[in-house]
Amino acid sequence: MKTRRDFIKISTAGAGATALGFSALGAKGFSFFESDKQGPVSDEDLTPYPTYCEVCFWKCAGWTYVDKKGEIRKIIGNNDDPHCNGRLCPRGTGGVGMYYDEDRLKTPLIRETKADGTQYYRKASWDEALDLVAEKMDKLRKEHGPECLALFSHGSGGKMLTHLVKAFGTPNITAPSFAQCRGPREVAFTATFGEDVMSPERTDIRDTKCLVLIGSHIGENMHNGQIQEMSHAIENKATIITVDPRFSTAASHSKYWLPIKPATDIALLLAWIHVIINEELYDKDYIEKYAFGFDELKEHVKNNTPEWAYGITTIEPHIIRATAREMAAAAPSTLVHPGRHVTWYGDDTQRSRAIAILNALLGSWGRRGGFYNPEKVHLPTFPHPPYPKPTRSWKDAYPDNKYNLVTEVLSTGICDATIPNADLNCHLRGWIVYGTNLMASLPDQRKTLEAINNLDFLVVIDTMPMDITGYADVVLPECTYLERYDFVRTSPHREPALALRMPAVQPKYDSKPNWWIAKNLASRLGLEAYFKWDKIEDVIDWQLKQVGSSLEEMQRIGVKKFKREYDDLFWLEGLPDFEFNTNTGKIELYSTELANEEFDPIPKYTHHPEPEQGYYRLNYGRAPMHTFSRTSNNHNLWDLMDENSVWINPKVADLWEIKNNQYIWLKNQDGVVSSFPVKARVTERIRWDSVYMVHGFGHTNKKLTRAYGKGGSDSELVTRVVMDPIMGGTGMRGNFVTFILENPAKENKEDKA
Amino acid sequence: MKEELFVSGRNIPNIDPYLNIWHWEIPLYLFLGGLAAGLIFFAAYFVVRGKEKEMPATVKWAPMIAPIALIVGLSALFLDLSHKLYFWQLYTTIRFSSPMSWGAWTLLLITPLSMIWVASYMRDMFPKWDWKFKFLYKFEAWVISVRKPFAWVMMILALILGVYTGILLSAFNARPLWNTSILGPLFLVSGFSTGLAAAIWMSKDKNERKVLSRIDLIFIGVELFLIIHLFMGFMAGTAVATEAAALFLGGQFTISFWVFVVLLGLIFPATLETIELWGYHVPKWMPPALILFGGLMFRFVMVEAGQITRFLY
Amino acid sequence: MRYAMAIDTLKCVGCGDCVVACQTENNVPHGYCRDWIVENVNGTYPSLDLEFRSERCNHCDNAPCVRCCPTGASHIEKGGIVVVTHDECIGCGACIQSCPYDARYQHPDGYVDKCTFCMHRVEKGQNPACVDVCPTECLHFGDLDDPNSKVSLALKNRTHKVLAPEAGTKPQLYFLT
Ligand SMILES: Nc1nc2c(c(=O)[nH]1)N[C@H]1C(S)=C(S)[C@@H](COP(=O)(O)OP(=O)(O)OC[C@H]3O[C@@H](n4cnc5c(=O)[nH]c(N)nc54)[C@H](O)[C@@H]3O)O[C@H]1N2
Ligand SMILES: Nc1nc2c(c(=O)[nH]1)N[C@H]1C(S)=C(S)[C@@H](COP(=O)(O)OP(=O)(O)OC[C@H]3O[C@@H](n4cnc5c(=O)[nH]c(N)nc54)[C@H](O)[C@@H]3O)O[C@H]1N2
Ligand code: SF4
Ligand code: SF4
Ligand code: SF4
Ligand code: SF4
Ligand code: SF4
Ligand SMILES: [Mo]
Repeated sequence: MKTRRDFIKISTAGAGATALGFSALGAKGFSFFESDKQGPVSDEDLTPYPTYCEVCFWKCAGWTYVDKKGEIRKIIGNNDDPHCNGRLCPRGTGGVGMYYDEDRLKTPLIRETKADGTQYYRKASWDEALDLVAEKMDKLRKEHGPECLALFSHGSGGKMLTHLVKAFGTPNITAPSFAQCRGPREVAFTATFGEDVMSPERTDIRDTKCLVLIGSHIGENMHNGQIQEMSHAIENKATIITVDPRFSTAASHSKYWLPIKPATDIALLLAWIHVIINEELYDKDYIEKYAFGFDELKEHVKNNTPEWAYGITTIEPHIIRATAREMAAAAPSTLVHPGRHVTWYGDDTQRSRAIAILNALLGSWGRRGGFYNPEKVHLPTFPHPPYPKPTRSWKDAYPDNKYNLVTEVLSTGICDATIPNADLNCHLRGWIVYGTNLMASLPDQRKTLEAINNLDFLVVIDTMPMDITGYADVVLPECTYLERYDFVRTSPHREPALALRMPAVQPKYDSKPNWWIAKNLASRLGLEAYFKWDKIEDVIDWQLKQVGSSLEEMQRIGVKKFKREYDDLFWLEGLPDFEFNTNTGKIELYSTELANEEFDPIPKYTHHPEPEQGYYRLNYGRAPMHTFSRTSNNHNLWDLMDENSVWINPKVADLWEIKNNQYIWLKNQDGVVSSFPVKARVTERIRWDSVYMVHGFGHTNKKLTRAYGKGGSDSELVTRVVMDPIMGGTGMRGNFVTFILENPAKENKEDKA
Repeated sequence: MKEELFVSGRNIPNIDPYLNIWHWEIPLYLFLGGLAAGLIFFAAYFVVRGKEKEMPATVKWAPMIAPIALIVGLSALFLDLSHKLYFWQLYTTIRFSSPMSWGAWTLLLITPLSMIWVASYMRDMFPKWDWKFKFLYKFEAWVISVRKPFAWVMMILALILGVYTGILLSAFNARPLWNTSILGPLFLVSGFSTGLAAAIWMSKDKNERKVLSRIDLIFIGVELFLIIHLFMGFMAGTAVATEAAALFLGGQFTISFWVFVVLLGLIFPATLETIELWGYHVPKWMPPALILFGGLMFRFVMVEAGQITRFLY
Repeated sequence: MRYAMAIDTLKCVGCGDCVVACQTENNVPHGYCRDWIVENVNGTYPSLDLEFRSERCNHCDNAPCVRCCPTGASHIEKGGIVVVTHDECIGCGACIQSCPYDARYQHPDGYVDKCTFCMHRVEKGQNPACVDVCPTECLHFGDLDDPNSKVSLALKNRTHKVLAPEAGTKPQLYFLT
């Protein structure tokens, strides 16, 4: 049965935000006593509990400080942690706001339909909710096979659910961090060097002498280790070259800012490659020893002169030459940063390839100041029976394109596989969404909604009443990362290190940790064999003991560093013999892998559509104090930035007679109008052909008392998606918007519901 | 283009985007303080000059307003405190560098003294008044016996009070509009002028009114002179000072200041007073009412506008 | 002893971490802040300049807020730290008017509050919370009288400025340029 899911503003009883009224006398009542949470508390009176941060995916380790009354006071970085070196970023510091948010999901909720057809959420007990989810999963398994289930899971808490659905028998496990984020870069670097960049990035920004940022707006992109290392680089007087059509924070801290015309980076990269080859500035020994396809590359770029690139990029030839020479002068300690969110224009794998090739020419891969060789601690998995072997997958939705180079599941591929079509013998019918707000993170909301409308059931596990939760049939409230154990963090870094997350306080409200949810679902689905433990502490302790630590030790120290197994941090230093994990065993300047799949083996510049008269390219990015859509309701961070604005160049603003701070509406090329008015920021920091917005605002769920209706959502305006043919990445920067100055007075049905 | 913004979204109540810490209470307090100072000063002055008989309204009747004004003013000040239960901390210390502190102490002295002043004339004004207790009669007799020295004390205190109402503001370097030494004398003169106006209003004696009007005209003249100097000072000053003056020269306070304070509150009543002195009939309440109104307005404008002005950096 | 802070504008990215850290360390109520970030943009695309400044009370040597306080609630502690004793403050607002940097605010509980240079931490030899959290390590704190303190070294090696020197307050927040 297919029900149309009305979006429900999760309604649970409970007082809304009460305004803080000042009492007539200023002091709290007539009391001469200080209020409970007054003033600072000295660290000796606080108890620290180890954790690692979940406000973004950098996962910095820290300490949650709890006072004598059991209130969380602050979160401070762990000095031993290589991800943060004792300093969390603003979002991590403000993580307390996630715990205290009064809008949190408080109980399980089940969608019900009244006699008159209107839908609402009913508060339910965990037993009831889990029974219902298990019943639906079981039905799906019996009627269509377990492969018809998909799990969207983003964040460290998703591992338990991943384990559950693998045991259940589906391969359809995805996150918006591949096809909407790192995918093109990983595929491109793997094609070039046989290895990917990973997270945290293996970039040696700390020691670099020349840092080249292509769009990466470090400083606004607040990935902690990178910003810290960039600061070291500035201290060390490294040359920073920033290529960005917008005057980013990084651009303002750079020696060279190249205000490139959007969507033309490949031309610039080819011109740089041209200069470096023609002026023989490349690392000859390195290239000779390790590279494959240099002659083809040389031939390929022979016409890509700076003068040629000037016409495309608007970057003057002498600047292109000067920057190329700066890079070469600092090589191999020159880092052309691979970026992270690289799904821009659909030819992103090729752009990332050009970046990889440039790094190869400079010899920075495997060298100090370039890319290092990360190492991580391998924690054995807790013994469990083998997972069943799925017979179908999301790829069946693309009979023409095998996506042979895709290394992770495409989130948008899951949507495609959910929408029935003639080629699909069985479409996906059930989704579990853990820790990802699909309405904000996937492009083309109409398609996401179409997929959702074709589902038999949608379960959302979240901490907050986000946009996606309004479409769920069952909402399961998870407790925040400060209230739970998760698997020990083990991630690649210069030095391998483990980090523990443990609860600092009991879960608030009726929320539960993911492992508890997974385990209790497993027992209802007959999958107990995969969860042969009582609580997650048992698993963690067992795992830690396998590598010579223990839960008890980690509770004390939070982070444990290990010695590297090999002394090969900069493994190509001194040009040792090395076989790369590519078809040729070499660094592939000419990619045989891409050639085999009939893609351009060496990147080419292609022209992308430009906005028509009166339209402006929709550019978006990060604000340092927010993470995507997840923090906009966090009171601590909301205090810093409560809405986003749309950046407009003063010349454009003049033309439209738009004043600074005026609220306007945006309409994109497909006629989609922003749901809410957005404040104009008239600023020179943006070009006249684009506008800029911070991603993650314009929430539509009224239960977010602070974030609802504040600012604009870039996501809803990204309706044109240019698919990367190589790996299915969703190019999202090809959308154009125009301004509407008067309230378009959209009839808003949702508001009446 | 030059752009400056708060990244951290600073939006502190009453401080951003511009200061608005002092609302109606402080200008009212300053007005009443100035008024009381004027009333007390002239009452004392005519006693010292031995003109008690000729100036009955000034010496006896008008000062009745002073304690009321002071108490209302103090109440307004109290209302403006945001940590009220701690107000007594004002009287645990004397801080000479703080106008607020010596203002508080001056008021602590002058308020009861002004009551005593009024009380000492009670039986003069209301012959049937009975003090009921003997010691009160004794006290009254003693006060009357030291009336001249008492008047001297009151004159000095009134001067301090009058100057204080201006210095309270001018001590704030951070607010360029207030940061001028002219504000002390200006507020003093303006306060005295309102005091005179109140006395004129209360006086039933033609001669007394004439004397007071003459003095008032001089005060108004001095006030206008000081105002011109104030602006000359601003215009010759730093960027922040010219910016402060701009609020009155085309800025948002232009009308309220030049029309209401200067024209209606000073020039117009001065003209009326002059006409009256020439012997024409003018409604008796009109000049003093205008002067009082102008004085009140002046303080509102100065307090409001001053808070908007700030250092640029 | 003379505590001061040097803020490296070439490294600051305006992330606001110092603001959140202060908020949680000192329990600053929502909607208020003891420190804040100013973004200054100058020029015309594409020749632009941008400066981020993390600002807070300057702990002025010649502090008008202390001078004008009628109760002595605002006073100077060891090392030149300007603090407000909450129980002595009547909330008259004089100090707020007197501060050229708008560094003070009225706490919803009535008293006036502002940056304390995290005196409760500094007394124990710790850094202020904002200094310890800053991801770019662009805040340097220490004793100016000690030539080897972080702040002295930063000032020795770099050009710097203070804000609104013409206000005459002798501010002790130095911005490295
Ligand atoms: N504070 C904060 N930090 C974060 C996150 C967060 O949510 N909040 N998210 C993290 C995650 S998961 C990711 S993937 C990263 C993303 O961070 P990045 O990888 O740095 O992000 P991008 O979206 O690639 O880059 C945005 C920048 O690209 C510029 N740009 C736009 N179009 C073009 C173009 O055509 N050419 C060039 N050269 N530049 C262009 C924009 O002006 C903007 O400055 O951030 C991470 N860090
Ligand atoms: N238009 C547009 N789309 C984008 C991007 C963009 O810049 N613009 N960026 C892309 C990139 S780079 C990425 S990586 C993705 C990120 O995409 P997402 O990871 O989906 O990002 P968020 O919007 O932050 O959604 C996170 C969700 O997890 C919930 N959550 C937070 N903590 C927990 C927890 O502990 N447990 C559970 N169960 N839930 C939790 C939050 O409440 C929120 O609903 O988005 C991509 N999509
Ligand atoms: S970078 Fe910031 S938000 Fe991300 S994990 Fe680290 S502290 Fe948390
Ligand atoms: S934390 Fe550091 S980098 Fe961030 S705004 Fe504050 S001073 Fe600047
Ligand atoms: S910055 Fe303001 S509050 Fe701080 S000491 Fe100076 S004047 Fe006082
Ligand atoms: S508000 Fe408090 S600290 Fe400020 S001047 Fe008045 S009494 Fe002093
Ligand atoms: S020194 Fe302490 S009180 Fe002052 S801004 Fe920094 S964290 Fe806040
Ligand atoms: Mo991402």
